Amino acid sequence: MILGFARRWSLISYLIAVILTLPLLAIIVQAAVPGEAIFAHLLDTVLPTYIFNTLALMLCVCIGAVVLALPAAWCIARCDFPGRQLFQWALLLPLAMPAYVVAYVYTDLLDYAGPIQRGIRAVFGWQSPQDYYFPDVRTLMGAAVMLALVLFPYIYLLARTAFMEQSSSLQHAARVMGCSPWQSFWRLSLPMARPALAVGASLVAMETAADFATVSYFSVPTLTTAVYDTWLGYGSLSAAAKLSAIMLLVIFCMIGSERFARRKQKLFQKQAELNERDRYPLSAPKAWLATFYCAGLLLLAFLLPFGVLVSYAWQYFEVSWNHEFLQYSINSLYIALLVALLTAVIAIVLMFVRRCSPRRSDLLPSRLASTGYALPGTVLAIGILVPLTYMDFTINDIYAYFDRQGPGLVLSGSIFALIFAFSIRFVAIAIGSVESSYKRISPTLDMASITMGLRPNALLRKVHLPLLRKGIFAGVLLVFIECMKELPAALLLRPVGFENLATYVFQFVSDEQLEHGALAAIVIVLVGFIPLIYLNRSLEHNT
Amino acid sequence: MNFTKGVIALGLACMTSMASAADTLTIYSYRQAFLIDPILTDFTKETGIEVNVVFSKNGIAERIAREGRLSPVDLVLTSDFSRLMELADKDLVTPVQSEVLEVNIPQSMRSPSGEWFALTQRVRNIYSSKERLGPLDITYEDLADPKYKGKICTRSGKHPYNIALVASMIAHHGEAETKTWLNGFKANLARKPQGNDRAQVQAVKEGLCDIAIGNSYYLGKMLQDPNQVAWAEAVNINFPNQSNRGAHINISGMALAKHAPHKDNAIKLMEYLSGDAAQQSYAQINMEYPVKVDVAPSELVASWGEFKADALPIFKLAEYHQAAVKLLDEVKFDL
Repeated sequence: MILGFARRWSLISYLIAVILTLPLLAIIVQAAVPGEAIFAHLLDTVLPTYIFNTLALMLCVCIGAVVLALPAAWCIARCDFPGRQLFQWALLLPLAMPAYVVAYVYTDLLDYAGPIQRGIRAVFGWQSPQDYYFPDVRTLMGAAVMLALVLFPYIYLLARTAFMEQSSSLQHAARVMGCSPWQSFWRLSLPMARPALAVGASLVAMETAADFATVSYFSVPTLTTAVYDTWLGYGSLSAAAKLSAIMLLVIFCMIGSERFARRKQKLFQKQAELNERDRYPLSAPKAWLATFYCAGLLLLAFLLPFGVLVSYAWQYFEVSWNHEFLQYSINSLYIALLVALLTAVIAIVLMFVRRCSPRRSDLLPSRLASTGYALPGTVLAIGILVPLTYMDFTINDIYAYFDRQGPGLVLSGSIFALIFAFSIRFVAIAIGSVESSYKRISPTLDMASITMGLRPNALLRKVHLPLLRKGIFAGVLLVFIECMKELPAALLLRPVGFENLATYVFQFVSDEQLEHGALAAIVIVLVGFIPLIYLNRSLEHNT
Repeated sequence: MNFTKGVIALGLACMTSMASAADTLTIYSYRQAFLIDPILTDFTKETGIEVNVVFSKNGIAERIAREGRLSPVDLVLTSDFSRLMELADKDLVTPVQSEVLEVNIPQSMRSPSGEWFALTQRVRNIYSSKERLGPLDITYEDLADPKYKGKICTRSGKHPYNIALVASMIAHHGEAETKTWLNGFKANLARKPQGNDRAQVQAVKEGLCDIAIGNSYYLGKMLQDPNQVAWAEAVNINFPNQSNRGAHINISGMALAKHAPHKDNAIKLMEYLSGDAAQQSYAQINMEYPVKVDVAPSELVASWGEFKADALPIFKLAEYHQAAVKLLDEVKFDL
């Protein structure tokens, strides 16, 4: 019985996977459209700079994020110092900040007209920018620092877990063999945490490649902004698709290396089954140094920008608390909720098929569906609009054939496009979350249930779903927050007259008056808190 | 089965389509909605036609082209000339024959076939620091003069306002000379091109640079904004090239979409926008120069004085648009 059932359902899962990979195919097809003068022109002039900027930015952000995250992760995982409990979760908070908001706040503070430079000028009596040197925020390095500040928690989280899982008997052995604490860190702990760092760094690099708002605000041209400009500025879809293809190539190379790193990680974790978590109590000066470092990081990456946002919102509350703000909040919540539920359903279907199917090839649909996470929003938008517009025309042609008035752009011109895009981009998160929950359900449970005469649908409803509840919930939460933050796809795909909080805030950022949009930005950040706190709680329970 | 039903229900919830009622009108606008809202509210009061405005900084032409005959848009409003030409070039507009428009809008301010119409004019001015330079008799060519090294601020060279200015330089001097000029201009910049036109005036106030490039109406708008009035008061407004060909003019305008579902309503609005009431609003609220000859600019704008405008026909700029974009890329103006 379960075999016949699996065949039916695996068909569904293949169908889902094909629909979800449609944009990727569309881009490849578009990019293959033979050369246009515009692409050659770009290649001759600015494209090398764009590619260089993209790679340089990714490298700098990764280095920056590792440098910021590593000391904190190590201290929190292996040492004891005042405030450790607090920093353990508080250092995840920067993840909830949209990078372009942080960038805006720092530009305001550090610009020529900002309070810091004004203060310096007042103290030293300088008159003009020629009188002294001050680093410019709106540069590639500036953007790298901003992105590193909001993305370092990825590395922090993974590195902390890796350090916690390392057996302390190994450390003891190293110390007995005559290593100093520093030597044992460099020669033992760090190499063992390397795969986790690689995974974290590739996540950071992917998020950097997908970033549109920060680099566009800083006018640092990268491939993401180039895709946007080529498409909308030059009006050339095929040149934009070619750029997207280049970008995808870069990203898939990165994912390949990440997978490679993760394969090794399994090996390491098996060695580290023994885990007595005894932490070094740090002595006074060192302990205060650790506290100071973590506090400083938290201040720069979160407290300061968030504090500025709150003060903006306070000053401009009258202007910002209006009908539009409420409407856009509802739009954001509505879309995010819909996508979160939809991706959860897709994830359950795909993983259930994989669980029940005896065939190895049924792994494929969930793998295919997960590739969407690698598509930056701008690239994804191109990949979605092309097939959806085509389908819209087909639908209207069918209506016309029967002499009826067609429904217009039901797919590409409605929130359907937005929901489709978000689902593709974030379904990987839901799949990963359901997948890890499934791993904890013993296959013997399935066997027992089937022996007792449960039909597959009942197996899913009565046995799997109750056991998967937590995993599904975590997936829904994570997808929800990502949907609230996602900007470039929303910017390009939103239907006529539709705004959500992210596009609303970005409009204020690009008009240089975030003050009026601070309230909306705060909502995005606050909504982002909930899953972070939940995520951290569940991690603590596991270790 | 509940599960399947749930999936279908979710799918249906995603498919929300838009109804199109008879007495409505959809505008795609390159101009921010709040700039035209007061005028549109009056229009709705007068005619009962509801107007939906979709604002987008870029990509409107691309969007209309993709939407094709299914597009919901009736009227496109642009904030510069090149966008109008882009729409016409891509065959996305439909010519309008209207006596009202022909009477209200001078011949030089509309396409001969009625594909597009200008609504307002604006000058690309050169602002100078009151404190450090005072009023100047300056030309666009002077922007490349080494004596202004490190003194000039501007927004992105790729912004339509700047592209149009570069196109006018090509029209007058040819490509080779314009490229040399652009290189000199770039060498004079105090910082990488960034921000909007107002931010350049702010930079002059702060002492970052002495000269800023910006459209005329921004000065008026800044003088009205309590947070920005100090910036505006720190600069003199100069009309460039008064001793020779005159200042570079750009226009904002409108065009009727090719597949407009509500053509009649759209033409009503076009006629309304070219009429006295709307033109006066443009002059008073937005500080622009109205196209309708007998509507005067606002008192403030008039106080900046008379000026000589470049006689180059506006549609000439379109011919050099692509060349201008390529030159800007070649000299890496923004990088």
